[in-house]
Amino acid sequence: MVLDARIPSGPIEKKWDRARFELKLVSPANKRRFNVIIVGTGLAGASAAATLAELGYNVKTFCFQDSPRRAHSIAAQGGINAAKNYRNDGDSIFRLFYDTVKGGDFRSREANVYRLAQVSVEIIDQCVAQGVPFAREYGGLLDNRSFGGAQVSRTFYARGQTGQQLLLGAYQAMARQVEAGKVQVFPRTEMLDLVVVDGRARGVVVRDLVSGEVSSHAGDAVVLATGGYGNAYYLSTNAKGSNVTAAWRAHRRGACFANPCFTQIHPTCIPVTGHYQSKLTLMSESLRNDGRIWVPKTKGDKRPPNEIPEEERDYYLERRYPSFGNLVPRDVASRNAKAVCDEGRGVGPTGLGVYLDFADAIARLGRETIAERYGNLFEMYEKITGEDPYRVPMRIYPAVHYTMGGLWVDYNLMTTIPGLYAIGECNFSDHGANRLGASALMQGLADGYFILPYTIGDYLAQHLGERVTTDHPAFAQVESEVRERYHKLLNASGKRSVDSFHRELGLLLWDHCGMERSQKSLETALAKIPELRQEYHDNVKVLGSAESLNQSLEKAGRVADFFELAELMCIDALERRESCGAHFRIESQTPEGEAKRDDERYSYVAAWQRKEDGDGWTAHKEPLEFEYVQLTQRSYK
Amino acid sequence: MNLTLYVWRQAGPGEPGAMKRYDVPDVSPDMSFLEMLDVLNERLLERGEEPIAFDHDCREGICGSCGMVINGRPHGPQRKTTACQLHMRHFRDGDSIYVEPWRAAAFPVIKDLVVDRSAFDRIIEAGGYISVNAGAAPEANVIPVPKDDAEAAFDAAACIGCGACVAACPNGAAQLFTAAKITHLGLMPQGQAERQRRVVKMVAQMEDEAFGSCTNHRECEAVCPKGIAITTIARMNRDYLKARLFGKG
Ligand SMILES: Cc1cc2nc3c(=O)[nH]c(=O)nc-3n(C[C@H](O)[C@H](O)[C@H](O)COP(=O)(O)OP(=O)(O)OC[C@H]3O[C@@H](n4cnc5c(N)ncnc54)[C@H](O)[C@@H]3O)c2cc1C
Ligand code: FES
Repeated sequence: MVLDARIPSGPIEKKWDRARFELKLVSPANKRRFNVIIVGTGLAGASAAATLAELGYNVKTFCFQDSPRRAHSIAAQGGINAAKNYRNDGDSIFRLFYDTVKGGDFRSREANVYRLAQVSVEIIDQCVAQGVPFAREYGGLLDNRSFGGAQVSRTFYARGQTGQQLLLGAYQAMARQVEAGKVQVFPRTEMLDLVVVDGRARGVVVRDLVSGEVSSHAGDAVVLATGGYGNAYYLSTNAKGSNVTAAWRAHRRGACFANPCFTQIHPTCIPVTGHYQSKLTLMSESLRNDGRIWVPKTKGDKRPPNEIPEEERDYYLERRYPSFGNLVPRDVASRNAKAVCDEGRGVGPTGLGVYLDFADAIARLGRETIAERYGNLFEMYEKITGEDPYRVPMRIYPAVHYTMGGLWVDYNLMTTIPGLYAIGECNFSDHGANRLGASALMQGLADGYFILPYTIGDYLAQHLGERVTTDHPAFAQVESEVRERYHKLLNASGKRSVDSFHRELGLLLWDHCGMERSQKSLETALAKIPELRQEYHDNVKVLGSAESLNQSLEKAGRVADFFELAELMCIDALERRESCGAHFRIESQTPEGEAKRDDERYSYVAAWQRKEDGDGWTAHKEPLEFEYVQLTQRSYK
Repeated sequence: MNLTLYVWRQAGPGEPGAMKRYDVPDVSPDMSFLEMLDVLNERLLERGEEPIAFDHDCREGICGSCGMVINGRPHGPQRKTTACQLHMRHFRDGDSIYVEPWRAAAFPVIKDLVVDRSAFDRIIEAGGYISVNAGAAPEANVIPVPKDDAEAAFDAAACIGCGACVAACPNGAAQLFTAAKITHLGLMPQGQAERQRRVVKMVAQMEDEAFGSCTNHRECEAVCPKGIAITTIARMNRDYLKARLFGKG
């Protein structure tokens, strides 16, 4: 297989224009003859569904929640970037492009990122027109803030609920198309497999989560917008239901999976409190603007924070990175927190935590100002921990947050299976080895509102009138495979719960393929994962039947796929013998202990193809070329 | 802590259900309510009993999936707190806790604590949007929105669609949910063109569903985890009346 990214020729600022001119068009009358299946109704899926329907296509959407409005995108807090330069502070499309490529540690495609920066401005226009209640200034114009260490203010936000408001905008746009008869929504319906006929994506097999019925849907193209796979680690900031099944099943049918080891660990989350912990809660990164991060200087210092005098505290980020201090990028902040905890200087009952202290900020700015800035976050923290951050420093620890890896897509967002597209977090496209704050929302909506609706037409135009229906034997075949997988899980009649396996797998990944990876840790994981997977299939216990609502069975299927993905994550991490962005190989660091890239050997996208016989993977490499951005080693000293 | 739970168990839609008693020892005060149910479910599984079904996803109080009546109150005893954000430190050792699904004609039970809330989606589909196709939007700062209006619109837009308002209402009415969306869009300049059409269509859909009517009990406002104010309902009624009297609806 040759990976062809299909990047248009010409100067970077003209590429998207050129593509839009060269892509084939479907005439208005013909659009209604095409049926598009969209799996996922988060920002990417809902915006794509609404837009394709507005154009005249017939759309079917699927999600596992009881309403499309509940997709995981709803939980995004901080904001969405756009190169509007409303602040007149030197922002531009080129600067957003540059920051994103650099932030991704030079492991993303220049052409894609440039396009993302270009359409970012249209996204804000669209969302405002839909009625998204963005923060405003007194003059009535849109407010911006600086986010995630950016040197310009380009982040648009709606209190701490930006994802919610953007998703409701997209959901409402989609609802309008439901009313118009152009979109059909299937909530509580999980895609369990992809149907490929003559090498092209032709439909999906789904399970109705209420009745348990397995059925097929045929379409002229299939779009996956199913989010990230952070829950492979069990504990993450993702919603409980977030999973890799749709993407993984597509991968098993031939779609390459790119850079699976690029997983982002967010530095400011509430630490784990006990073995029953079911998820981790993100505390917005904006807290680092005013909070100071520290741990005691001496190991095992168990005194309460207020009793530890100033000179016995180690403000380790300020000490090590004098110019960026507490505002170093996510990966750097996370790794440093782990390092001080590994030294035995961590705080809280588990020793896996560091202080985020607002005492100085409160003394300097007053309690009122701090309340104005972070009141709702402080409240949320107190709800969860029972501690008042106005009086006691917060305790935070890094947690799995976002996955940069995902299905490989070309410039047109098509995977290596013709007719199968991937958008939003489930593709690998724009964030390289590390995502910048407020860029995921931008990417999801760029893909859904402004990119896919053009690029999908190019494919459809070439296949007018080539209809396949669910009567094709391929559908019955895939359905029976799906049923068989379920019955195996139900009939394992073992002794251990799905969650107990998922926890064990998650811990294994966290310890061996988490914030730091080494040849040794990865080889250990690669020896253990197949064993644990085997035990899972022999000894998992799932009660109930496949013919009704069965949440244990839903989880069991998802965890089975996480087991396979976990192996590929470790293989990918092992093969990439360099550190870049969130991927830190301890063998590849500078003398000061910072990530060291190896551009000579690893300036590529690793795209993994599963072997036909299911035994292992073939690696493909898409070389990355940088014409507009100069490669530099990141430094935050 | 040691607790005694009484939980509604119902095998499927239309099946008879009943409260079932479970002793739950060793509960940590740091657990969330849903984590406590997770622990109970693991123990049930060990004993060969099917786990209790309940909806949940974000566990951060924002997706609106979780919803259960805890000791007679939707989402439990903490004000402005969803069930997933409720922590066990608000209960006492030895407490008995009663857990039931939303009870409302418009929200039929699917299984145990899981109900069908699709009526909410149908209300939005009837008109809870501003009609603007992708690509047709004007430059964002062309339409200034006074900060206070944007803030007030946001207060209404914060609704998570959980359904607690319906569950708390003695009539099972959906006024607060519907009014929240009407208020959000009606306060924004962008929402004016369709304001009358929207209120008429959404209210008609609401009335077509199995919701009851509002008789000003204000229970909805008291239990709303996002603090949506009942003044939104007054606003919806005004808009509706105006549209009916003077508008084309
Ligand atoms: C706590 C938190 C805060 C964040 N804050 C920010 C922020 O401030 N700014 C920012 O830019 N980004 C932020 N992010 C990241 C961002 O929210 C996500 O990357 C983004 O929302 C993903 O959108 P999506 O549309 O790709 O997928 P999702 O929103 O995850 O949607 C996935 C959809 O797929 C469906 N689905 C999945 N599998 C199946 C299946 N097998 N069958 C059927 N349906 C399926 C789900 O039902 C859902 O509808 C945050 C993330 C988290 C966890
Ligand atoms: S689980 Fe999302 S609001 Fe409770």
